[in-house]
This record gives sequence, structure tokens and C-alpha cells, in this order.
Amino acid sequence: MGRYIARRALLAVPVLLGASFLIFALVYAIPGDPIRALAGDRPLPAAVQAQLRDDYNLNDPLLVQYGKYVLALTQGDFGTDFSGRPVRDTIEQRLPITARLAVVAIIFEAIFGLTAGIVAGLRRGSFLDSLVLVSTTIAVSIPVFVLGFIAQVTFGLNLGWFPIAGINQGWYSYILPGLVLAAASTAYVARLTRTSLAENLRNDYVRTAKAKGLKKRTIIGKHTLRNSLIPVVTFLGADFGALMAGAIVTEGVFNIPGLGRAVFDAIGRQEGAVVVGIVTLFVLVFIIFNLLVDVLYAALDPRIRYE
Amino acid sequence: MSDLRSDDDRVLDERGDDTVEAELEALTGAGQLRQSSLWGDAWRKLRRSPLFIFGAVISMVLVLMSLFPQLFTRTDPRACDLSKSRQGPSAEAWFGYDVQGCDYYANVIYGARNSITIGFTVVIGSIIIGVVLGALSGYYGGGLDTVITRLTDIMFGLPTILGAIVILTVLNQSLGRTVWTVSLALVVLGWMVPLRLLRSSVISVKGADYVSAARAMGSRSRRIIARHVLPNSTGPVLVYATIAVGSYIGAEATLSYLGIGLQLPEYSWGLQINSGQRWVRDAPHLVLFPGILLSITVLSFIIMGDALRDALDPKNR
Repeated sequence: MGRYIARRALLAVPVLLGASFLIFALVYAIPGDPIRALAGDRPLPAAVQAQLRDDYNLNDPLLVQYGKYVLALTQGDFGTDFSGRPVRDTIEQRLPITARLAVVAIIFEAIFGLTAGIVAGLRRGSFLDSLVLVSTTIAVSIPVFVLGFIAQVTFGLNLGWFPIAGINQGWYSYILPGLVLAAASTAYVARLTRTSLAENLRNDYVRTAKAKGLKKRTIIGKHTLRNSLIPVVTFLGADFGALMAGAIVTEGVFNIPGLGRAVFDAIGRQEGAVVVGIVTLFVLVFIIFNLLVDVLYAALDPRIRYE
Repeated sequence: MSDLRSDDDRVLDERGDDTVEAELEALTGAGQLRQSSLWGDAWRKLRRSPLFIFGAVISMVLVLMSLFPQLFTRTDPRACDLSKSRQGPSAEAWFGYDVQGCDYYANVIYGARNSITIGFTVVIGSIIIGVVLGALSGYYGGGLDTVITRLTDIMFGLPTILGAIVILTVLNQSLGRTVWTVSLALVVLGWMVPLRLLRSSVISVKGADYVSAARAMGSRSRRIIARHVLPNSTGPVLVYATIAVGSYIGAEATLSYLGIGLQLPEYSWGLQINSGQRWVRDAPHLVLFPGILLSITVLSFIIMGDALRDALDPKNR
């Protein structure tokens, strides 16, 4: 197991470097001069411009710039933005906000997705089953920004149950954005649970248990459910990373000052260091959670051994 | 993009099987036994699936709408009267008027073209790249496969919407903001799924006896790939493509909504929702109608893809 984890972690390094280099090169390719843009209408003196260019390594070729960036990154230095603020500060301030949003979303996903999936999977073909199928299809089809908008107008503006935007009311203000962010994945969890449960119920061990005279509740609770939830649990784990990176739209609609907003604003200002730093962080989180899920899979399903 | 993931869920009921058998028996009785292929079976099932018919009808209407918007509205979407600004729906303007006082129904109808164009362009583009690279990578293996697989892993690590925003920022300033730049950005971030589908199905078929037989008979690699390997992966790729058209239509709207995709004076549902949201208190129809049409469009493609998957699933035969 240890060797497997080490091998996977090593394989993740080129992926991380490749993805961050791609973003770095793209930001590098954005036409225009960030230093001149920084100065605004009154151009800076040539000497100051040259100094700034030198400070931010803007005179080096792309690969050298990237090399210097990665070297600094390994020492925990994410660079500074053009107003002199370390990108690390921005990340430390905003990461908890995005993480909180993702946690709320994952909780909703687990509660609603599992409940709907179990109900539908146990009674296939029933009215509730059809209801789950129809509503999950609809949930997947409505784009996040439309859904966010509907939720904002209905529950924030008209009913006044939740704050319309911002994070001034603590965890409470994360409920509505969390629900919106979770919607599509909740539908997926419900369908995955339903399929997995229905397939497991057809297995031989269920028939054996039934033949032994076990109660239906015991069969489902002790045997079937545990087996069927393995793919669901692993999906939830992997989805956490995806939710953090995908929160950019939800953060925009609900005006939540998380990492997604920070990237979005930084792209507009050509703040390469902020964009690359945060996207690299997203890729890192994505990779770590995928790795965790693979390990979790092996721990939950004794048939899988990676030695 | 969670809606791109495939699940092997089966919506169809099993009722179809009996009728198919009865049909077959009738045919045998008449002395002509038809062989039933996977596609023949699938087609027969699809014709009986109300969900598929619903999706197919809606998407055909939308394609028609994008080709000939004049069929659906005689009003010029650019003929505006400022005095009618933000008036609600009425008998002469079904969807009301927008901020400029233009007929909103005509504007929303004209919005279908860009969505459908982008949806199909991105899917066709990413399938061409995915199929070619996936077939090569799966069939030849070795160093080429390693390079392609690593590249796929790297690209999968990039978040779709975020990646598209960065790519579009670059493209927008050099190529302008058009349907084609938006499509290009989404293709760059979208070819990995069809590639993986292709690669795994090529690998699973590569060792099959009929492929060895073809090789023993002297078939060239190119012929083997085209005649024996590719047809095996048509099903999953087609299911993916149908669902992906819907997802990419949603992605375009999202990017335009964020102000990074299409821009005025283009017609786009995302743009319409973006400019309408400021007036949501007194003119909710500005967000409602493009939102409904957008969601129904995405829905119709996803439903079709779901039904197609069920029909092609050999476990359901």
C-alpha cells in the first residue's frame, strides 16, 4: 500500500507541473503590458518601469520565468501581485471561504443524494423512483448560474429566507450557494446510489441472506447498503476538489469573495502570479483528493489490492 | 462538468422485450427471420421511448430554430421602441420587451443559433481529436501512448470553466470574441473524454480473435482500425456526444454570462440573462425566458443521450 501511494504521488508531480506550466504560458501569452496597465493614464518613469519589470522577472524568457516561479513555489513563495501583496496572503484569506462553500455543498450532496438514491434504488419503478429520475435529469440540465439566480430571487428576494449575497451571516449565508453548487453533483450521487443499490440487490449473497431468513432490514442495512455505497463515497471524495474549482460561477452569482472570485478578478488585471498560484492550488487539491479516493477505495473494498 | 460523466443507469423499463419477441415470432411465422443487430434493437427501443421522442422533437425544433429563425418569428429582433422598454409579456409580444424596447421573443429565438452552433462545433471538434489520438494511442501503445496519456492527465487536472476563462482572455484579445473562439477554447478543454472512451475500447478489442484473424489475413493496421476497432466504440462515443452537446451549450451560456464568452451585439442566452439580471425585481421575464429556453435545450440533449445509452446497453437486451 505504501509503495502504491508513493508511486501515485510521484506520478502526480508531472501532472501538477504540466498544468501549472500551461496556465503560466497562457497568462504569459495574454497580449498587453501589465506594467503599463498598472500605471494607468500617467506613464511611469522609464527607470521605475525597468525596475518593476526586473522585480517581476518580466524580461526573462518564458521558461526561465517559469523555472524561477516553480523554484520559489517549492519554498512556499507564491510570489506577489502588482500592488506588492504576497499571493500567499490572498490564498490564506480566501481559501477558507471557498473550502467552507465546498464543505457545505458536499454535506448537501451526501444527505439529499444518498436519500434520494436509496429510496429510488429500493423501489425501482415506483412513483418515487420516477420522481428521482425526472428531478435529477432536470437538476443536471439547469446551468449553475440560472439555478443560482432562481434560488436568489425565490428564497432571497421574494421569501427572504436567506441572504441574497455576501457572507455576512456566517455559515447561514453559505446554505443557498452551497445548495446551488451541489445541485448537479447531488443528482449524480442519487443516480449512482440508485444504480449501485439496484445492482447489488440482484447479487447472490442477497438471495442467500434471504434464504437464511434474515429480515429485509438487516439484509439491506448490513450487507447491500455497505457494498453499494463504496462507489458513492469515493465519488464524494473526488468531487470535493472539483467543487472547489467549480465554485467560480456560484461565487460570482452570490458575490462570495472566495478563490474563484480572486482568479476571475486577477485575470482581468493580468495579475499572472495570482492566476497561476490559485489555479495550481486547485489542481493540487484536485490531485490530492483523487489520490485519497484511490486509497480509500482500497481500504473499503477488500477485493482491491494494489500491491 | 459533472453532467459529462457517464453513468450506466437504465431508465427504460423492461416492458419492451416482450413486444419485441412477439414481433420476432410474427416475422418467423411469416417465414422471414430478421437478424437483430445491436443498432436495430436500439432503434426499435428508441422509437418506443417517450423520453427519447421528447428529446428528439425538442432538439429538432431547436436546430430548425437556429437554421431558420424567421420560421418562428416575423418580428425583427433589432426593431426596437425605447418607449416599450422592459414591458412584460402581452398578446403582441409573447415574451415582453427588453431594456432597449426590442421584442424579446424574437431575441430569444435568434439566440438559439449561437448556442446550437457552439454545441455541435465543440462536440465535433473534440470527437475528431479524441478519436484520432485515442485510436492511435490505444492501438500502437508504447511511447506514443505514454505521451498522450500523460497529456490527457494534465488537461484533466485543469478546471473547465476556469481554464476556458484564461484561454478566452488570450484568444479574445488576439482573435476577437466570436462563436469560433468560444468553441476553440471549449475544444481545447474537452477532447480528453472522447479520447479516453476510444482508447479503452480500442485496448479492449485489440486482443480479440477477430482482430488477430484480420491481421493474419494480411490486413494493414489502418484497415483494422477503421473496419474492426472503430465500429466497436461508436456506441459510447455517440452517447457521449449527445449529452455533451447539451453540456457545451450550457458552458457557452455560462461563459457569456460571466462576460468572457460572446458579446453584444451577438445573440446569446447567457448574455441576455446577464443583462436582464439587473432588472429582476420589476422585469423578471428578462431572465425567465432565456433561462427556460436554455434549460430546455440542455435537457433535451441529455434526455436523448440517456435514452440512447439505455437502448445500446447490452445488459438491457
